[in-house]
Amino acid sequence: MDNLLSIVTFLPLVAAAILAAFLRGDDAAAQRNAKWLALAATTATFLVSLAVLFRFDPADTGFQMVEEQSWLMGFTYKLGVDGISVLFVMLTTALMPITIASTWGVTTRVKEYMIAFLILETLMIGVFVALDMVLFYLFFEAGLIPMFLIIGIWGGKNRIYAAFKFFLYTFLGSVLMLVAMIYMYVEAGTTDIPTLLNHSFGSQDFSLLGIQIVGGAQTLLFLAFFASFAVKMPMWPVHTWLPDAHVQAPTAGSVILAAVLLKMGGYGFLRFSLPMFPVGSQVMTDFILWISVIAIVWASLVALVQEDMKKLIAYSSVAHMGYVTAGIFAANQQGMDGAIFQMISHGFISGALFLAVGVIYDRMHTREIDAYGGLAVKMPAYAAVFMFFTMANVGLPGTSGFVGEFLTLIGMFQANTWIALVAASGVILSAAYALWLYRRVVFGDLIKESLKAITDMDAREKAIFAPLVAMTLILGVYPGLVTDIIGPSVEALLTHYHAAAPALADAATAAH
Amino acid sequence: MTSFDLQAILPELILAVYAMLALLAAVYTGKDKTTPLVTYATAAVMLALALYIGLGDPVTGPAFGGLIMADAYARFAKVGILVAAAAVLLAGEATMLRRGLGRFEYPLLISLATVGMMIMVSAADLMTLYMGLELQSLSLYVVAAMKRDSVKSTEAGMKYFILGALSSGLLLYGASLAYGYAGTTRFDGIIAAATDGHVGMGLLFGLTFVAAGLAFKVSAVPFHMWTPDVYEGAPTPVTAFFATAPKLAAMGLFGRVMFDAFGNAVADWQQIIALMAVLSMFLGAVAAIGQTNIKRLMAYSSISHMGFALLGLAAGTAYGVQAMLVYMAIYLTMNVGTFAFIMSMERDGMQVTEISALNQYAKHEPVKALAMLVLLFSLAGVPPMVGFFGKLYVLNAAVQADLTWLAVAGVIASVIGAFYYLRIVYYMYFGESEERLETPMSPAAWVMLVGSAAAMLLGVINLFGVEGAAAAAAAALVN
Repeated sequence: MDNLLSIVTFLPLVAAAILAAFLRGDDAAAQRNAKWLALAATTATFLVSLAVLFRFDPADTGFQMVEEQSWLMGFTYKLGVDGISVLFVMLTTALMPITIASTWGVTTRVKEYMIAFLILETLMIGVFVALDMVLFYLFFEAGLIPMFLIIGIWGGKNRIYAAFKFFLYTFLGSVLMLVAMIYMYVEAGTTDIPTLLNHSFGSQDFSLLGIQIVGGAQTLLFLAFFASFAVKMPMWPVHTWLPDAHVQAPTAGSVILAAVLLKMGGYGFLRFSLPMFPVGSQVMTDFILWISVIAIVWASLVALVQEDMKKLIAYSSVAHMGYVTAGIFAANQQGMDGAIFQMISHGFISGALFLAVGVIYDRMHTREIDAYGGLAVKMPAYAAVFMFFTMANVGLPGTSGFVGEFLTLIGMFQANTWIALVAASGVILSAAYALWLYRRVVFGDLIKESLKAITDMDAREKAIFAPLVAMTLILGVYPGLVTDIIGPSVEALLTHYHAAAPALADAATAAH
Repeated sequence: MTSFDLQAILPELILAVYAMLALLAAVYTGKDKTTPLVTYATAAVMLALALYIGLGDPVTGPAFGGLIMADAYARFAKVGILVAAAAVLLAGEATMLRRGLGRFEYPLLISLATVGMMIMVSAADLMTLYMGLELQSLSLYVVAAMKRDSVKSTEAGMKYFILGALSSGLLLYGASLAYGYAGTTRFDGIIAAATDGHVGMGLLFGLTFVAAGLAFKVSAVPFHMWTPDVYEGAPTPVTAFFATAPKLAAMGLFGRVMFDAFGNAVADWQQIIALMAVLSMFLGAVAAIGQTNIKRLMAYSSISHMGFALLGLAAGTAYGVQAMLVYMAIYLTMNVGTFAFIMSMERDGMQVTEISALNQYAKHEPVKALAMLVLLFSLAGVPPMVGFFGKLYVLNAAVQADLTWLAVAGVIASVIGAFYYLRIVYYMYFGESEERLETPMSPAAWVMLVGSAAAMLLGVINLFGVEGAAAAAAAALVN
């Protein structure tokens, strides 16, 4: 099959269209049909995406399974995967059935809910497989629409504010990237990503409005892309939309947001910023490394004082994404491998943590940490699962969280010792907030009246967590599963990056 | 007069003759009882003419000794105008009847306005331009005040008339200066008066005044003041008409004058248009935020959209003109659908224009709400809706013409603008439930709404081939 990637990308959309066209009514039977259809569609997508993984050849650092069709305005409809993107596709397709299964308790507008998630899946996969800039932008931006609706319709009390903030924040970041893309199109004459990867944009210093721009056009282009990816990531200090969005989004929305949507920023840095603007990236490296570690320490401290569980995990995500950006911009094999590994692993762990919050939220309808305590008495299975993912979040060796943090820290250490020193303190802080959260929710005496009748996880909930536990363990014990696939592509990227950017290093030496 | 001359203006002739015959026929037969028939007949004639112009043998060249220019550019604009006018007539027919405005003069005045617009876009002489413009404007003044017993409607007509007369005056003054300094009213004479890329001071004054008069017609800032009031006051089907065909005609005329008459002095007018574009985009985006009336909101939205279309014109290149035409085609499609919905909004038989009336609309009418959702995101320029590609086109044209700052301003304005479109989505999908809004729609209006929403989604595949036609049109204008 030559259009395997198209099938993976659009299968969920087809299912959404079938749901929209043929499913009538809103009674219990119709709701059940919608859920089953969505589950079947996402599982089928996952199975087809396994075929992509098996056909993928890690030794080949170019793009594979490429499809190309001419499209409007002289752009192309071009899809393909390399070692970096293929795992993100897998992450998305693997998490979607789990996410759908976690929505079994939803009873309002179920059909629309399922349609929104299915469309979102198509758009998320599209982001990772698009090999045309405009096509990438289309998927990247379009994802805002279903997420806006998911937060706004099925969200919590303050959902309107969160939905608007989410949409406008990310939209503002992205449109600057759009202008940069148009500039690149005019400059290079193409929107084809593989071609652009080998195009060198101007890096001569020039002055704009009296300000000397070091790195020239590349720095400006880098900043425009940075505006989009940094918001999406989210990096400190443009992360403020994330805690709001997470808290207000329904559980499944939070899972997808944390597990996949945030990764688009990191993917963007790897796909566009570093390889296309190596000089601009070098100019900005120190700045980004420092705001990354500020994010690690600062977000961890903020997480310590949260009273809402989802908000705590949201800030923990900001901190973990700090490792990712620092690892990427350390620009060495360990740092970058670690960053990608951290993104994949965080996808499973944070997704699981939000699901864990969802489990008790479904029972008690509150996310206040103070409303809980002593859950271990009534919910032993839940306590075990929650313990496992808390430890994974902290980075306990043996779980995938450890590998990601360790690799990125090695990478940072090679790039800048001070950065690594500050970042390492984040490991301790994350242990502090995560274990404290766990103690307050699960341990202690079960004294609250409202909790006396709480029930442990049922079979469905256990089944949801099983694959997540398995993945976290497997990746923790055998990280080669990921690094073997990404290794060659990352190496090629780094070779290209360091070959394209020595100009700046020379210039700096000359200036001294 | 040769047969070629007649051929060049055959569609205009047919439409004008039809309008007059139908007027006589209706007066001597059933008067207002014939309204539905006259409406359908008018729409049929318009669509037939659009087919004839679009698919028939192209007539190309100057006619009437250089008064009229028949080329691909005029054909593109004429097809757009005719289709939009017919679509709005069909969509609005039932609403006009329900609101007690079922007068047979309405479709006929629209046809006469359409004749004026067709002349505007094919003008090759300042006199032809003025004739077309006035034929259009006079008809529109009357339809704005169609609802004679409504204070708002008469006010709208009056305001439109007075400000329109002022703008015509500005335009005439500019035209007289152009005539004085170029020695001719013909575009091909004026264009020859420009030497090494610039026009003389006197001609520059003329150019500025003409541009001001035209900016009034496209409602670009700072000549936009009439738009919200007229949009709000006029009966909604009439507003729908104002928002569509005349906008394309005015933009078409703008391009015609700037390139055919002043095409050798692009640098002289580029700055004016660029400034108007930026101001329109921002004022349209910011002023719409506080609106509670959906018609006023759409007025500011159209101001903002005209800013984007002017962005394409400001590029001063063939690609820019192509971008402007594509943008206008997309804009018309979106607005026909959106207004088909807005004109149906009512409660207990009374028209409603408050945005908050849309609360929880999606619960009762999922299909129409979804169509509106698509249209609103398309208006906001969010991919994958086609509205995004319109924006991409003009931004691309601006960056190609080294106007990157304009493109940056444009995208920032589009983010601000996204807020108020999202607000409507918010009411429809997230709002508190209250008294139910009714949206009775004739099949025609429903088709317009759902059809234009579907076009906004499916157009992502190939834009329905508008690109090629627009490219040919732009190439005919800019040479």
